[in-house]
Amino acid sequence: MCGIVGLLVKEPELRESLGALVVPMLLGMSDRGPDSAGLAVFTELLENCNSTGVVPSITRKYSLYIGQHQIDWTEFTHNLQQIGNAIIKENGNHAIVVSDCEPNLLKQWIKQHYPQLHILSTGQTIDLYKDAGNPAEIIDRYQFGLLTGTHLVGHTRMATESAVTPAHAHPFTAGEDFCLVHNGALSNPYSIRRQLEPQGIQFETDNDTEAACRFLEWRMREGDDLETALQTGFEALDGFYTFLIGTKDKLALVRDAFACKPAIVAETDDYVAISSEFRSLAHLPNIKHARIYEPAPEEIHVWMV
Amino acid sequence: MDGLTRSNDLTFDLAQMPLRDVNQFLHHNVESGQKITILNPDGAHNIAVGLDAPIDLDIAGHAGYYAAGMNKLANVTIAGNVGPGVAENMMSGRVHVRGFASVAAGASAHSGLLVIDGDASLRCGISLKGADIVVGGNVGSFSGFMAQAGRMVVCGNAGDALGDSLYEAIIYVRGDIKSLGADAQLQPMTDTDYSTLEELLTKAELTYSPQEFKRIASAKQLYHWNANAHQEY
Repeated sequence: MCGIVGLLVKEPELRESLGALVVPMLLGMSDRGPDSAGLAVFTELLENCNSTGVVPSITRKYSLYIGQHQIDWTEFTHNLQQIGNAIIKENGNHAIVVSDCEPNLLKQWIKQHYPQLHILSTGQTIDLYKDAGNPAEIIDRYQFGLLTGTHLVGHTRMATESAVTPAHAHPFTAGEDFCLVHNGALSNPYSIRRQLEPQGIQFETDNDTEAACRFLEWRMREGDDLETALQTGFEALDGFYTFLIGTKDKLALVRDAFACKPAIVAETDDYVAISSEFRSLAHLPNIKHARIYEPAPEEIHVWMV
Repeated sequence: MDGLTRSNDLTFDLAQMPLRDVNQFLHHNVESGQKITILNPDGAHNIAVGLDAPIDLDIAGHAGYYAAGMNKLANVTIAGNVGPGVAENMMSGRVHVRGFASVAAGASAHSGLLVIDGDASLRCGISLKGADIVVGGNVGSFSGFMAQAGRMVVCGNAGDALGDSLYEAIIYVRGDIKSLGADAQLQPMTDTDYSTLEELLTKAELTYSPQEFKRIASAKQLYHWNANAHQEY
């Protein structure tokens, strides 16, 4: 069992309270997933990290998992100046680096000079936090209640098929500004891996969800739009799943052909909220007048920012 | 107190007290005919499971998993939607969902009546053992799977594999059937079927004509091992 939550705000004023709205949603799903939790939030603006006043188009944000390691960020920024500028924001055992370095160069540089850091996400809008442990503590540690942005996806995990570690927590990411959370279990993740690895796609864990995440992102890099990638996923991904996917400007939800795992949607003029169960939506504003429905199996639901 | 309120009417607010306390009260302290209301259900699981007295219970909102499961004698009305397994293993009484029901509504129910005004998701009436289920809307795939006894009325459409491996339960569908499951077949309506539908639709306060429904029942080809069927069954 796991819990998934998603929230996309249509009313711009609500962007300021995105995190505050989602905290009770995640807490409500912590019974379904008491061993790990995570969240990816899509923010509005990329900050500038140099002194020119213009944000270079190469600028990206990187969410990093630090764990127990001590990092001297002044030294990090100083050393990085050989290849570019960066600003760092620490949050618990995570940090967000905004840098105008070429992304592949920066990733290689981090791998070489700071192998103890793990890059959780890359993109222009995504910030990602995840860890093993009690969801309530994780929510407090990173102050999810203060997060702002246009949309987010969250997850509470009850591991069934691979280890409980920070890296196995959801969301999983691939490429840029792309993440996926999963409730369920896939039966063919290894055949998906064997299909993707010869194309140079590298996996970081043995988790089944990572296979789905990398498969869908690979389809999109090959030219599929999100809907087509998801349609292809129905054929390629075998097993039980409710997937919730976040991209720069979209949330998408799909369920397997047997609807083995739950999902419920509440939609008002102001927001779209998605959860495994209604009990974590009950607190939302104006919920009594929301349109509430359960997506049918193999229906593709996509909401735009 | 107004003239309509009886002295022993009770209201519980789940925003104010734990569900476990409410359920224990419902198990041990109710009087026959008592009217009880539960406020702020907010999707909680196991609301009013294991009732065993002829009370009228209103749940004023959406309920979570297994609402009114194992019901005996009670008349339960849920104003909103329900999660998986509403009225599962019901023994008698009546459960009425005003909204929609998630998967496995009425699973294994032995007797009594389950009415769902909206749609029911997949596996509605799975392993039904004698209860009646009336769904005002559509039912999802695999509904009536291995249903052993009882009657299901679907006023909308049915999904894939309706009535797969049916035993003696009878399913009536007013709309389209996407596909029938193994050993389920359309059969001619009889006078008994029309009167059954009349009775169940009336109980569910629905006004459709029994003439609009089709009957699905078991072809009984799976009842006995057939050594000549090339091991298909």
